[in-house]
Amino acid sequence: MPSIEKPPIQHPGLRRNSLGLTIHDYEGSMSTLCAGCGHDSVTAAIVHALWEMETPPHRIAKLSGIGCSAKTTAYFARGAHGFNTAHGRMATIATGAAAANRDLLYIGISGDGDSLSIGLGHLAHLIRRNVRMVYIIENNGVYGLTKGQFSPSADVGSTTKRGDPNQVPPIDPMSLGLSLGATFLARGFSGDKRQLVPIIKAAAAHRGLALIDVISPCVTFNDHEGSTKSYLFTRHHDTTATESDFVPPAPEIVASIPVEGVVSVTMHDGSVLRVRSVPDDYDPTDREGVAEHLRRAHAAGDVVTGLLYIDESSADLHEMHDTTDQPLRDIPFSQLCPGSAVLAGFGVR
Amino acid sequence: MVLERLAPETAHRGKSRVVDLAIKLANVNGTGSSSANNLLMQAFFRMGLPVSGKNLFPSNIQGLPTWYEIRVNGSGHTARVSQFDLMVAMNAQTHAQDIREVRAGGYVVWDSTWPLDQSAMRSDVSYLGMPVAQMCNEAFRSPRARTLMRNIVSCGAVVALLAIDLDIVSNLLAEKFAGKDTLRESNQHALMLGYEYARQHFDCPLPCHVHVMDGNAGAILIDGNTTAALGFLYAGATVAAWYPITPSTSLMDAFTQLCRRYRRDPETGRNSYLILQAEDELASIGIVIGASWNGARAFTSTSGPGISLMNELIGLAYYTETPVVIVDVQRAGPSTGMPTRTQQGDILTCAYASHGDTKHILLFPGDPAECFDFAVRSFDLAERFQTPVMMLSDVDIGMNDWVIPQLTWDDARVPDRGRVLGAKELEKRIEAYDRYANPDSDHVVARTLPGVDPKGAYFARGSGHNEHGGYTETPEEYLEVVDRLASKHAAAAMRVPDPQIESRGARVALVTVGSCGPAVREAIELLDAQGLPLDYMRIRAFPFSPAVQDFLDDHDTCFVVEQNRDAQLRSLLVLETAVPKDRLRSVLAYGGTPLSAGEVVDGVRAQMET
Repeated sequence: MPSIEKPPIQHPGLRRNSLGLTIHDYEGSMSTLCAGCGHDSVTAAIVHALWEMETPPHRIAKLSGIGCSAKTTAYFARGAHGFNTAHGRMATIATGAAAANRDLLYIGISGDGDSLSIGLGHLAHLIRRNVRMVYIIENNGVYGLTKGQFSPSADVGSTTKRGDPNQVPPIDPMSLGLSLGATFLARGFSGDKRQLVPIIKAAAAHRGLALIDVISPCVTFNDHEGSTKSYLFTRHHDTTATESDFVPPAPEIVASIPVEGVVSVTMHDGSVLRVRSVPDDYDPTDREGVAEHLRRAHAAGDVVTGLLYIDESSADLHEMHDTTDQPLRDIPFSQLCPGSAVLAGFGVR
Repeated sequence: MVLERLAPETAHRGKSRVVDLAIKLANVNGTGSSSANNLLMQAFFRMGLPVSGKNLFPSNIQGLPTWYEIRVNGSGHTARVSQFDLMVAMNAQTHAQDIREVRAGGYVVWDSTWPLDQSAMRSDVSYLGMPVAQMCNEAFRSPRARTLMRNIVSCGAVVALLAIDLDIVSNLLAEKFAGKDTLRESNQHALMLGYEYARQHFDCPLPCHVHVMDGNAGAILIDGNTTAALGFLYAGATVAAWYPITPSTSLMDAFTQLCRRYRRDPETGRNSYLILQAEDELASIGIVIGASWNGARAFTSTSGPGISLMNELIGLAYYTETPVVIVDVQRAGPSTGMPTRTQQGDILTCAYASHGDTKHILLFPGDPAECFDFAVRSFDLAERFQTPVMMLSDVDIGMNDWVIPQLTWDDARVPDRGRVLGAKELEKRIEAYDRYANPDSDHVVARTLPGVDPKGAYFARGSGHNEHGGYTETPEEYLEVVDRLASKHAAAAMRVPDPQIESRGARVALVTVGSCGPAVREAIELLDAQGLPLDYMRIRAFPFSPAVQDFLDDHDTCFVVEQNRDAQLRSLLVLETAVPKDRLRSVLAYGGTPLSAGEVVDGVRAQMET
């Protein structure tokens, strides 16, 4: 994610993960976003999470749509294939990619315009299909590249730099996800990497679509007084629903010690997600309860962050379609083509 | 009256031993007429007679008029005709129109349970009344059977009137209702009711009857959507995405059925395919692009409105050089148009689909046999040239049954997956991989797939990029890539299917495309008999292979016969070949029905005489 050019030489003392890679090996090209952009902090959290997860970079596929957010796929995991697609269409291309090869880690980076306006239909169906991928919305409430128009996540009353208030109700991706049957919903703040890193790691281990809404302020067009997506507003109104800790699958069996107020969820790959509920009665596995909590928080003007909802029991895209374990793209042609004898049987004769 | 009916060699129809028969069955949609229609079609086919069936159906589930036209021709001409020897007029709503379409001296079978509207009567046709509804009411108890069986009763009368082999028809019923004895018996009963009634009350057989011949050896009867689906199965497609749309839905239905049967692991029962019904056509093409970028063979099928929606992402696939296969089963446009009616109105929009400078590879199958062949080849071309390939079929090819040679497959055939660097090549690679540098003689650069090797990583983007795949707004870098794309498209001209040419050295020719082939070839025979010899070329792909240019150069005048208002194929020829514009003239038929030879003859003669 570096926003300044750094020498390619790595310090010999840098920590390496079990693949022998340093954190720099998970970075990408230099950011061309504005200095202080929340998106660069999200990129830093992704880089950190990938390094800690020890994912081989080439086993990652990065996808994005169009907008400031879409640029960030170039800023991490330079050893991974990337696809900067078209505005609002990333979800469809990610679905196809995941269909062809179920074994890669798919990371989609989108924005609030890309996901909640032009691509809203595709996001809804991505959620319904439960495509296994990490889908991050870098949410700043404005269109940055076209210089400051409101996006569909702008709150009623939030103002432009000139002071014009937004009058149209916002679309909240978390509430949307709850209503469409999403199986992993989390919200973070670009200014809170400590919270975001374990969420990303849990998302990567999730059995299905992991939707992460990250409030990521736009320093140029939406960080002023009157904006509800500014650094200051988010810091003042951030209420944490849960605190997450992510335990990767361990080679040895570790006895899990139940802790009061902690929900442990065993993820698809055997890792364990420990979620500590900050409000005592918050249950991230209770869809109705979470929806109610979000409604009340929204009415109070609070931005609820943390792992909000999780369901590890629902089938993902490939499970619904009962596809082979072997990625479809790797099945040899000899197994796909029924051959001449079968063909002779077709048609009325 | 159209010209073909005035032609001297067809004037003695009925006396000749060469069968030439056209019948039309007029019905109400949703009353089960299609099974009786198919029964007659298949009976003619099994009698060894060249035959075609054209289903003219409404965009409706129940209640609107529907027609089925069958052409039987001993010389193999099976294009549609517009005048019929026998009209089975079972829809009182359309009697007047139906009776107008009977040739002078022809016959009308009608349901005499109710009186016939006298205003529709003509003195030059014979009326064969049969109380079909009354017969069914007496013979069958359930209201459903009383309606459905009317079709089979009238079918029985047609069998008697035209001397269709009764054993063949009975066998077809036995095959259709194998294991369902009650249904087989009631259908056979209905068939015999009509058959016996006709034998007792009419002069059977009529002069225009048929007789057995040996015209269908090694042939099958099948529609183009089914054969295209078979082609994609055989090509090894594993991912398909689509949005329901007439008339392409039956293609994906067929592909789904085929996959259920042939793509299930015999041991685990797991599927080696994934078909997604997308939320719209934007998603369909997006899914296909993602799957193809990731190394699977993926396709989508749609019709004109879907192509309109896909335009944006077709450009993405073109610019990122991602192989994509799209089938467009064309229907009558613009807008929603006439969804069940045929047209060739998407030629130009497909050739240049998407904003900016884009050009695509198009394949134009002419019948269901080519739908199979081109479906297979579409993937080889898409992967060889790393670009979208669109196969343009239409309602007539896709949804009507055609007689074609039995499909064959060479088990030694290996798909052309194009230039892809695998793990071994990437591992030993020292120099950096540049996605868009070092093209081959086809102007194609080797691609890499995600997940294989870190050395193959690159960033695909729809934004301006240089030969390394990096973002650029520098004119020279931008031009290097887009100019190569133009060269790549031009190079594809050497690899696409050549046109089908029938030459006798004439100075004037008919040039056509797709499903127009049979009508145009018949028209050439009719015009030849009138003293106008013509050569023939059916274009099968774009970019145009050199054979197309040569053919145009060799003729003083070419009539371009196509089914759209704006002469789209002619326009494409003017734009993309060096032919002088005034050497190309147009014969256009675009009312939505399959082309008839008469329309071509009329169109050519009108221009020759002026």
